[in-house]
Amino acid sequence: MEPILTRYIKEPNSYTLDFSVKHGAYEGLKKALAMQPNDIIEVVKASGLRGRGGAGFPTGLKWQFVDKKTEPRYICCNADESEPGTFKDHVLMERNPHSLFEGCLIGCYAIGAKVAYIYIRGEFYHVQKVMEAELEKAYAAGYVGRNIMGSGFDCDIVIHRGAGAYEAGEETALIESLEGKRAQPRIKPPFPAIAGLYNKPTAVNNVETLCNLPPIVLNGAEWFASLGPEKNGGPKLYCISGHVKKPGVYEAPMKITLRELIYERAGGIRDNRRLKAVIPGGSSVPILLDHQLDIPASFDDVQKAGSMLGSAGIIVMDETTCMVWAARNLLYFYKHESCGKCTPCREGGDWLYKILTRIDAGEGSMRDIDLLVSIGGNIAGKTLCAFGDAAATPALTTVQHFREEFEAHVREGRCTVPADWRAANRVVSHAH
Amino acid sequence: MSFHPLMVYDPDKFQKSERVVVDEGPPFELTPERRAKLDEILSKYPPDRKRSAVLAALYLVQEQQGYLTGNGMKHIAPLLDLSPAEVEDVATYYVMFFREKVGRYVLQVCRTLSCALMGAERVTEALSEKLGIGVGETDASGMFTLLEFECLGACDRAPVVMVNNEHWHECVSPDSAGRLIDDLKSKGEAALTGCHLEVER
Repeated sequence: MEPILTRYIKEPNSYTLDFSVKHGAYEGLKKALAMQPNDIIEVVKASGLRGRGGAGFPTGLKWQFVDKKTEPRYICCNADESEPGTFKDHVLMERNPHSLFEGCLIGCYAIGAKVAYIYIRGEFYHVQKVMEAELEKAYAAGYVGRNIMGSGFDCDIVIHRGAGAYEAGEETALIESLEGKRAQPRIKPPFPAIAGLYNKPTAVNNVETLCNLPPIVLNGAEWFASLGPEKNGGPKLYCISGHVKKPGVYEAPMKITLRELIYERAGGIRDNRRLKAVIPGGSSVPILLDHQLDIPASFDDVQKAGSMLGSAGIIVMDETTCMVWAARNLLYFYKHESCGKCTPCREGGDWLYKILTRIDAGEGSMRDIDLLVSIGGNIAGKTLCAFGDAAATPALTTVQHFREEFEAHVREGRCTVPADWRAANRVVSHAH
Repeated sequence: MSFHPLMVYDPDKFQKSERVVVDEGPPFELTPERRAKLDEILSKYPPDRKRSAVLAALYLVQEQQGYLTGNGMKHIAPLLDLSPAEVEDVATYYVMFFREKVGRYVLQVCRTLSCALMGAERVTEALSEKLGIGVGETDASGMFTLLEFECLGACDRAPVVMVNNEHWHECVSPDSAGRLIDDLKSKGEAALTGCHLEVER
């Protein structure tokens, strides 16, 4: 399949307005503005486009749920890409920002919004500066603002900078942060489609999801759906990182298998080592092992295999990785980033981290391993947002697949991965 | 009392509640240019929703003063129709705001799994050793602060070090981190050019 989203990202000026327009930018918007908003929603529904932020919820359905009887309405673009292992939105915003602007405008027209807020994470300031310059040019050329391309449609795009909070990637927490508060989630229902930003109907969509809209409007729903397996259509960006020879963003339809992605696109494991574990969708999803990689990397197939495609952030770990160390590394992330609203996540995340620290330093007990499973089970599903499930997952899935490694740490009172392998990745630490 | 012999129950280290008050700092007022910038930003949100500009306002304070102080937050609060406590509420949540004086160059090393798999812990160790400080501390000269940050979102160019919330350096090794310190000491801001837009893997 010819790349669609990342076709020109290697060209030096791919982010500029001139280059983008020369290569078809805003053609999709032009076609959309000649359609009825409800027809656009029908096309997006028919295409089967699923959210690319991690949940995979059908975008057309999300837009259909937006309450069209209340004014004003909003589109929020979730550019707060903070899921460990994910960097596809970074590439899209850096190299193809006009497709994002176009997607925001198509979305606004479809649901009847007059402004789209792009919530970009604070750490992407070098990307934001370029985006702001390009946005100004798009305004000057009449692609954004009043009477877009002479159609009578008014719409603004505002780039809103975040300040370092993973939880701001959760849709209701993002809305809270946009409103100027701590990025803590709200209880759902009411869903953002009914009461979101400033308590008005809002659709929160991921960057990659919005970038898919111009091709869908231009080429049609059947084309989009036919690119991949059933209900998993369209091009997908996969972020491959970790112990591979060629880490990077790779575009492929969702028929490609995980094995092809890792061994062919990303060149295989570095130093020709053996693969130990793969996290297919950003750190919040369960691990897959070597024998499970011959499945298509689609939402449905990965879910059937026991994990989730999530944000398609594929983290590859080879045999030199100590799984206890890896779990501890991720639990520190979740403990640190927990917004603190729900007790199971706030307290439980910290407990999981402390227990993993003890085991990793060789000071754990067999009971600790069971405790990890018990605490994890009491966090997952018992929180306001999916962060709780995400925090429990690294502990639960590493114990499930690599229990012998945990037990070896306990029995021998030390990390059991060979010392020269440890030195390549980690530092020996003691419980504190 | 302890649930496990090795799980320390230490009221001096854990399980203690303290009211951490942000340092008042010197008197603060935004410069006219920054005040104008804030007004421009405020115009992008509904007029009764000035609160949405709180992060932008805090960035302006931090840009002017280097870090956030009580007086800084008290100054911007009325501009946003907020109380100082509401501003402090937000300032204490987000990681990119500094509430203590930091060094001229804040080195933010990504420590999450993809960078750690590529040796980010080695980079942190090397910087810690070279500067003679631990993570979270500022060196004696007041030039460098070393922090660990969570996933910065460039995992294919791991390990990644961000400087001053803005400048990125990628594919960092313990050696190249040491060289970055030397370059910052000799060349200053001109050394902040490690972003992939200038260096492709």
